Amino acid sequence: MKKKKLAALLLAGAMGLGLLAGCSNGGKPENGGGDAVTIKVGGIGPTTGDAAQYGTATEWGAEIAVEEINALNGPVKLEFKYEDDTGAADTAVAAYNNLKDWAKDAPLVIYGTTTTGPCVAVSAETYADRIFQLTPSASSPDVVAGKDNVFQMCFTDPYLGTAGAEYLKDKGLGTKYAVIYNNGDAYSTGIAEAFIAKTKELGMELVATQTYPDDKTTDYTVQLNACKDAGADVVFLPIYYTPASLILAQAKQMSYAPLFIGGDGMDGMLDMDGFDKSLAEGLLLMTPFSAGAEDDRTKSFVEKFQKAHNILPNQFAADGYDCMYAIYEACLEIEGLAGMDSAALCDALSAKFGSGTFKVDGLTGKDMTWKKTGEIDKAPLIFKVENGAYVDAQ
Amino acid sequence: MEKRLNGKRISKASLNGFVNYGIVIAAFALIQILLAVQKPLGVTLVSNIMQSLLVPACCYIVMAVSLNLTVGILGELSLGHAGFMSLGAFSGVVASFLLAEAIPFAPLRLALSMAVGAVFGAAGGVIVGVPVLRLQGDYLAIVTLAFGQIIKNIIMVLYVGVDGEGFHMALSSERFHLAEEGTAIIKGPMGAVGVQKLASFTAGFVLILITLLVVQNLVNSRSGRAIMALRDNRIAAESVGINVTKYKLMAFVTSAALAGAAGALFGLNYSSTVASKFDFNSSILVLVFVVLGGLGSIRGSIIAAAVLYVLPELLRQFNISDYRMLIYAIILILVMLVTNNDQLKTLAGRIIPKRKGAASHG
Repeated sequence: MKKKKLAALLLAGAMGLGLLAGCSNGGKPENGGGDAVTIKVGGIGPTTGDAAQYGTATEWGAEIAVEEINALNGPVKLEFKYEDDTGAADTAVAAYNNLKDWAKDAPLVIYGTTTTGPCVAVSAETYADRIFQLTPSASSPDVVAGKDNVFQMCFTDPYLGTAGAEYLKDKGLGTKYAVIYNNGDAYSTGIAEAFIAKTKELGMELVATQTYPDDKTTDYTVQLNACKDAGADVVFLPIYYTPASLILAQAKQMSYAPLFIGGDGMDGMLDMDGFDKSLAEGLLLMTPFSAGAEDDRTKSFVEKFQKAHNILPNQFAADGYDCMYAIYEACLEIEGLAGMDSAALCDALSAKFGSGTFKVDGLTGKDMTWKKTGEIDKAPLIFKVENGAYVDAQ
Repeated sequence: MEKRLNGKRISKASLNGFVNYGIVIAAFALIQILLAVQKPLGVTLVSNIMQSLLVPACCYIVMAVSLNLTVGILGELSLGHAGFMSLGAFSGVVASFLLAEAIPFAPLRLALSMAVGAVFGAAGGVIVGVPVLRLQGDYLAIVTLAFGQIIKNIIMVLYVGVDGEGFHMALSSERFHLAEEGTAIIKGPMGAVGVQKLASFTAGFVLILITLLVVQNLVNSRSGRAIMALRDNRIAAESVGINVTKYKLMAFVTSAALAGAAGALFGLNYSSTVASKFDFNSSILVLVFVVLGGLGSIRGSIIAAAVLYVLPELLRQFNISDYRMLIYAIILILVMLVTNNDQLKTLAGRIIPKRKGAASHG
C-alpha cells in the first residue's frame, strides 16, 4: 500500500512538472515584413472587475492607434497584446511577467497599467528589469517617483487639484467652497488633498469636506446637505462620472444649485445611457480630451472608435491612443533601433522622453513634453457644459 | 491504527503529516533545481509568470491551511480571513520600514516583519474571537464577515508615517502632519506605496513548513482532539469538561496569526499594497481553496491553493485569455462536482486500495 501511495505521489509530481514545463512555450516571435523593426507593446489594465470600463477604454484606444501606425508601413511596427489585471497589484505583476514571456527576446515596452495601485507595483518591476513603461492613466506621483523609466500620459492628481483651485480663484468663481470625494479611491483622494491644500494657501474659504467610501454608493444627500447647510456655492467633485451623475441628480431634487466643478474622471457623463443632460448644464470640468472636438484627428478617432465599439471614446481611450503614438514617434527618432533589446530600448526611450525636447501631438494635447521625473507637461483644458455639449471655458 | 517505522511506533496521523512535509519539500526542491539548471541549459523551464507566482502561491497555501484550522478542524465558518491577512500585510510593511536601518540584513528583517504580522494577526484574532466565539454557526460567519469589512475600511483611511519627530498615525489626511523630510508608509486609499521587496520563495517555503508544523502538531495534540471534539459534538465535549471558549480561541487565534504572517510575506512581495485587495472576495477565494481541497484535509488545502491560485494566471498563455475567468469558474464547478461524485470516489477507491471514503484524513 505504501508503495502504491508513493507511486501516486510520484505521478502527481510528474503532473506538476508537466504543468511547469507547459508554461515555457509562449507566443512565437513574429517579424514584421521588410526592414521594419517590430516593437512589442504589452498593455496591462483591468478588463474585468470594478474598474473594467477604464481598462477596456485604454485597450481599445491603443488598438486603434496600433492599427493606424502599422498601416503607415513605416520603419517601426508595433505588436500589441493586452492583459487583464482585474485592478489588483498582484494580478498586474503576474500579467506583466506573462508579457515578458510573450516578448521573449524581442524588445518590449510596457503600456500601462490603467489604475494607480497596480501601476506602482508594476513600475517597481519594470524599473528593476529595465523595461520602458508609459502609463495612459495611472495618475499618482508615486507611479513615477524615483523611476527614470516610467512616464505618464495623464496629469498627476495633485496637479489637477491645484489647477482646479487656481482656476476658481483666478476667475473669481464662488466665495465658499466644498469638496465631495471618494476617500476609498487613490485618484479621488489625491486630487481632493491637493485641492484642499491649495485653497488654504490661496486663502479660499473651504466650508465643507465630505467623503464617501466607494463608487457603489448611491445616496449622496447627507454629503450634499452638509455642503448646502454650510452655504457652499462651489462644490468640487474630483470623482468619476457615475457617482457624479447621481450627485447632480440628487442636488437638483433638493433644489441645491451650486457651481459644480470636476476633474478628468467626469468626462463621459454626457454619454451615459439615460442621463438627463440638463442636469449637467453649467458643470465645469478639467479634462484633456473632448470627444466633441472639431479637429480632424479627433473626429477620425471618434468615428473609428464608435464604429468598432458602439460607444463614444472617453479620455482614457484618447490617452491610450496618444501613448501608442508617443512610443512610435520616439522609436522613429532613436538611432540604431534594430537589434536593440528591451534594456537598451528602455534606456534610449527614457533618455528621449526625459530630454524635455521630445514633443508629441495627440488627441489630449499639442506639443506634449515630459519632465525628467516622468510627469507630462501639457495644458489642461477646462470645459463648461452648455446645451449638452462641451464649450471651452479657459 | 499504528505502524512501525524505524522501530518506533508511529500513528497514521503523524505519517500523514510527514507525507505533507515531503510533498512541500519535494515541490520546493524540484522548482529550485529547475531554476538552477535553466540558465546553464539555455532553456525556459520555469517561465517568468511562474516565477512571479511562487511567493503569492506560498502565501495562499498558508492562508488555506490556516483557514482550514478554523473551518475544517474547529468547524466554525469564518468569512473574514483576508482581514487577518490585511492586518499582517500592513503591520509587516510598517515593521520592515521601521527596521530598515537597524537591520540591513534582508532575510532577518523579513522574518521579523512576518513575526510582527503574526502578532498583529493574532491580536485581531483575540479581539474578534473573545466576544464572537461565544456565538455559533451562522452568527460567527456574519461577524467575521463584518470584521473583514471593518479592517478594510479602517486601513482605507489610515495614514502612517515617520519623520524626525518619530512615528505618526492618523485616521484622516487632515490630521496627518508629517515634516517635509518625513516618509509616509501607509497613505489611506493609496495603501502602502514604495515598499522594498523582501519576500522570497525560500521564505514562503519556510513559512509553509512552519505552518504545517504548527497546525499538524496542534491537531494531533491533546488540545487538537479537544478542538475536534467540539466540532463533532459540542454538548458531549462540554459534558466531559472541555473548556469551549479556550479551545475555540486557541484554534481561531492560531489561524489568525498564521494568516497575519502570510499577509506580511504577501505585502512585502509587492511595491504597493492597497486595503481593498483584502476584501470579502479574497476571504471567499481562500474559503474556496479550503472547501475544494476538502474540509479538514491539510494536504487538500495545500494542493487546492497551489493549483487554483496559479491556474487563472496560467490560462493567460492560451488564446482563450479573454475567457480565462469564465473557464476558471467552470473548472471550479467541475472540481466540486467531481470530488463529490460517489461513483468516481468508488472508482478512485478501486485504483488506490484502502482509500477511505471520508475526506478527513489530513
